[in-house]
Amino acid sequence: MTLMQKFLGAAATLAITAGAAVADPAIIFDLGGKFDKSFNQAAFAGATKWAEETGGSFREIELTSEAQREQALRRFAESGYNPIVMTGFGFASSLDVVSQDFPDTKFAIIDMVVEQPNVRSIVFDAHVGSYLVGVAAAKASKSNTVGFIGGMDVPLIRAFACGYVQGVKATNPDATVIQNMTGTTPAAWNDPVKGGELTKAQIGNGADVVYAAAGGTGVGVLQTAADEGILSIGVDSNQNYLFPGQVLTSMLKRVDVAVYDAFKAGTDLETGFFAMGLADGGIDYAVDDNNAEIFSAEIAAAVEAAKAAILSGSVTVHDYQSDGTCPVS
Amino acid sequence: MMDSFIQLILTLDMSIRLSVVLLLACLAGLFSERSGIVDIGLEGKMLVAAFFAAAGAYETGSAWVGVLAGCAASLVFSMIHGLASITYRGNQLISGVAINFLASGMTVVLGNAWYRKGGQTPTLSGDARFHDITLPFAEALSDVPVLGPIYSDLLSGHKPLVYLAFLIVPLSWWVLYRTRFGLRLRAVGENPASVDTAGISVVKLRYQALIITGILCGIAGAYLSTAQAAGFGKEMTAGRGYIALAALIFAKWRPWYAMGACLLFGLLEAISNLYPSINIFGLVTIPVQFTQALPYILTVVILAGFVGKAIPPRAGGEPYVKEQ
Repeated sequence: MTLMQKFLGAAATLAITAGAAVADPAIIFDLGGKFDKSFNQAAFAGATKWAEETGGSFREIELTSEAQREQALRRFAESGYNPIVMTGFGFASSLDVVSQDFPDTKFAIIDMVVEQPNVRSIVFDAHVGSYLVGVAAAKASKSNTVGFIGGMDVPLIRAFACGYVQGVKATNPDATVIQNMTGTTPAAWNDPVKGGELTKAQIGNGADVVYAAAGGTGVGVLQTAADEGILSIGVDSNQNYLFPGQVLTSMLKRVDVAVYDAFKAGTDLETGFFAMGLADGGIDYAVDDNNAEIFSAEIAAAVEAAKAAILSGSVTVHDYQSDGTCPVS
Repeated sequence: MMDSFIQLILTLDMSIRLSVVLLLACLAGLFSERSGIVDIGLEGKMLVAAFFAAAGAYETGSAWVGVLAGCAASLVFSMIHGLASITYRGNQLISGVAINFLASGMTVVLGNAWYRKGGQTPTLSGDARFHDITLPFAEALSDVPVLGPIYSDLLSGHKPLVYLAFLIVPLSWWVLYRTRFGLRLRAVGENPASVDTAGISVVKLRYQALIITGILCGIAGAYLSTAQAAGFGKEMTAGRGYIALAALIFAKWRPWYAMGACLLFGLLEAISNLYPSINIFGLVTIPVQFTQALPYILTVVILAGFVGKAIPPRAGGEPYVKEQ
């Protein structure tokens, strides 16, 4: 065997092992960042849970700019990662292109529908969860004024706002809901300073419960609410622990479950449209030791009643995304 | 009527909070530029100060220690700028840009290495961050019509650094226009050769100016991470250093004007926060994008010279070379 053959053989072995090693799943976090204590962190928790249970490993990347979306996606697909999960509607157009170039790779996108044969689209009935916390907010409010702070002004977040307002109005028709969006660019997902300022403004206008659906920006909202002694409502992850006794509840969107399921299915990932809602536990509200004292029996009863009514079909929560309008404001 | 008065107080109150960072950065730039050193590294210095202030406050549990740590970090960066542009007579713009990039990368790398939270510092609580202070009699006077809300809502109830920032304005004016140091500082920015001829060290004066710049940027950064927010997040300065430079030009390099310019910018930001869409007599609705872009539009208008001629210090940007 010549030296050349040895080299070639070694190179081939290396290539084969490298190819085998990267049948791992990968996850791409949106601009809010992996540690936003909310949406992306829930996804990270799901991925970590999978890794701990199976002993497997996964690749991850946190985006720092819009331009990286397609680049990161293509890079992971080229390296052979499968499946590739991404968090956020912002990936829709990039994924539409990249999924066609890599027909053998499975993709999963959360909060958006991409109609390609190798894509699993997971959407949550977030408007229903928002309705439930709206009921809780209306019950807990003493000033009859509650606030909503959204992240980026997009239909998805408008659906959160619309569901919340419906919940508030159904419980207390005289209540006022003050609504603010943090911004119109993805930077709005990670601007706690502005979130805090908006909260102060809402408090100045009489709000005594604020609901933040704003990713990392929400941390600033919850912080300011705790500083000023009013109640807040967290989103996506259970955020009750951030300020024990001052976060009324959290609207849970089990992104962690969605990511965990996708990772667990691996390359056999079933594609198509998947909706997660109240019935399957994909949407819920959080009650734990941290909010047990402020989440009174009266509030709990009202929220449970609303939940039962939605499940039985006697109450339907309008989804802003279905027609781009909201019946109440 | 009463309702719109409350709205006005709310808006102005928010303007004050938002203008503080700009004001401190603007005054920092003022000292540096008045001495003839162009400093576009304000952004980077604030960023590094914000990071070290949050880290310092978290480790020691004291917000004031955080301010000191922030100032120290900003000072180091200021001295790097000085070394490059005064001692080695390098290009001041390039040195400034380098400082911004260094700060942007370094804070995230250090943050990730120390706290493993993607470049964030842990959330500060208790004494590790600044709390609102209530001025004397604010409670008692709050029921007095008109003046009551102005005193107890608008003027009282800010973080200590807010009051400090507004005290620095008259102090800066006094230093620049009423002290020997100020006279020399202004002279060195206009005509360093004459200062040199009078037997005063140009290099020393410019370093002194950069020390002041470093400290002021340090306070600005510390305000961001320990008073306005509760911890550091990557790129949290979000371009405020550049807006401060625009405000500096708007203010024509004068302390009192700087305060006016920064309050105006703060007001614009507050308006875009509070009133995302303004409806004019039910005819036209100004979209939120426009109100959010207003500070930047104003900056462009200012830079295009619509507010009269803004003449920068004549020796700005030029390294001083002693005549042989």
